[in-house]
Amino acid sequence: MIEIKNIHKTFGENHVLQGISAEFAEGKCNLIIGGSGSGKTTLLKCMVGLHEPEEGSVIYDGRDFTRMNFATRIEIRTEIGMLFQGSALFDSMNVEDNIIFPINMFTNQSHKEKLDRANFCLERVNLAGKNKLFPAELSGGMKKRVGIARAIAMNPKYLFVDEPNSGLDPKTAIVIDDLIQELTTEYNTTTVVVTHDMNSVMGIGENIIFLHEGKKWWEGTNKEISSTDNKELNEFVFASKFMQALQKK
Amino acid sequence: MIFHPLGKYILLLKAVFRRPEKWNIYRKEIFHEMVSIGVGSLGIIAIISVFLGAVTTVQTAFQLVSDFIPKSVIGMILRDSSILELSPTISAVVLAGKVGSSVASQIGTMRVTEQIDALEIMGINSPGYLILPKIIAAVTTIPLLVIISIGLSITGGYFAGTASGALTEQDFITGITTDFNPFTLTVCMVKAVIFAFIITSVSAYQGFYTSGGALEVGQSSTKAVVISCIAILFSDYVIAQLML
Repeated sequence: MIEIKNIHKTFGENHVLQGISAEFAEGKCNLIIGGSGSGKTTLLKCMVGLHEPEEGSVIYDGRDFTRMNFATRIEIRTEIGMLFQGSALFDSMNVEDNIIFPINMFTNQSHKEKLDRANFCLERVNLAGKNKLFPAELSGGMKKRVGIARAIAMNPKYLFVDEPNSGLDPKTAIVIDDLIQELTTEYNTTTVVVTHDMNSVMGIGENIIFLHEGKKWWEGTNKEISSTDNKELNEFVFASKFMQALQKK
Repeated sequence: MIFHPLGKYILLLKAVFRRPEKWNIYRKEIFHEMVSIGVGSLGIIAIISVFLGAVTTVQTAFQLVSDFIPKSVIGMILRDSSILELSPTISAVVLAGKVGSSVASQIGTMRVTEQIDALEIMGINSPGYLILPKIIAAVTTIPLLVIISIGLSITGGYFAGTASGALTEQDFITGITTDFNPFTLTVCMVKAVIFAFIITSVSAYQGFYTSGGALEVGQSSTKAVVISCIAILFSDYVIAQLML
């Protein structure tokens, strides 16, 4: 479980996160949703240590990440897998080397063991046999799947996913969402997904936090989200014509 | 104004020299960078060195019109100026353009495409992994390039001098072998090592703190070259003042 308490983050005059507290349960897909500029990605980056919050704490199963120094953070970071919005694959490495990279750095496994693990991860994301391709040769959806394969290479306890469906067609987006949910159940990871895609919200949102103007505005599940009377959340959820039509039905 | 970036630069260097996670992975990267920086720059260094030597010889001969000065002095001037100034400094300025811009744009692109964030998330010391191999590769290969540059510069001077009739082969040989002070080579190597460190660390700093997109990567690359060149010329003066 990951717990965040009273997170504050400012950039110059801009108070992006204004005291956010929440709990992200183990074995569930926890979604952080909100409009552009609401602070979703900033919150995610505060949670993984890419941004340092001015106030508050991030606690991984009782371990206060925000109070740790670089050396002790490494222990938790090796338990984290993350899929970035743009996949963030290493351009100079092929698919296989991208997946093996964290294993190389932190384990003393033999070359065969590492290859077996890479092949397993690639099979898991339905990319078996694509080992020698470079990121430049992959489609957007394939890059995301390689990003997921790299994120699960070290058997993470915590999986962070930033905008998994951005730039993908609806069909591929569903494939990625399903994959994230399957992996969460399979590995019992604490998964945190940042998204503004309503398909993801309705599909995998077991625990949803809605951010608005840097504050936690609402919390609930995908079953509760369509029947809430929260004005700002309704404006967000039913912004598209498709969702408005569904609401009328 | 200068103190904030200087402080960030020093903090970055502190992170660069943190103990590596795994030396064998860093070793591979060092050899890879040695090929990229050293072997990759050999062609351009060879070309500029030959012409630098040739031009220095012809222009020195043009200025030495007095009958009281022996022609062999041309060889001496070429030798000392190649060792002390032309080979280390001009090579460093050229390498700041070639290697510096490449380092800044490579690291800058990794920054804006979140590849550096990905390294950090994995628990890898990203400044160490990305910058340390480049610095070690540069401080080992650039002095070698400078030695090759000195040799080629003197060779270029020899061919230009004898072909133009500015001096005879005997005068040239006498010139380059008379009153040689080996300490000039020490000064040259100190310069080469410091310049190599400046080129890679300054360029890496510019790349590492890039924010934005492709436009900013280009700007970082340009800044890396400009600041490296200024730092090279400034440290060239300080080394000359301190050591000579």
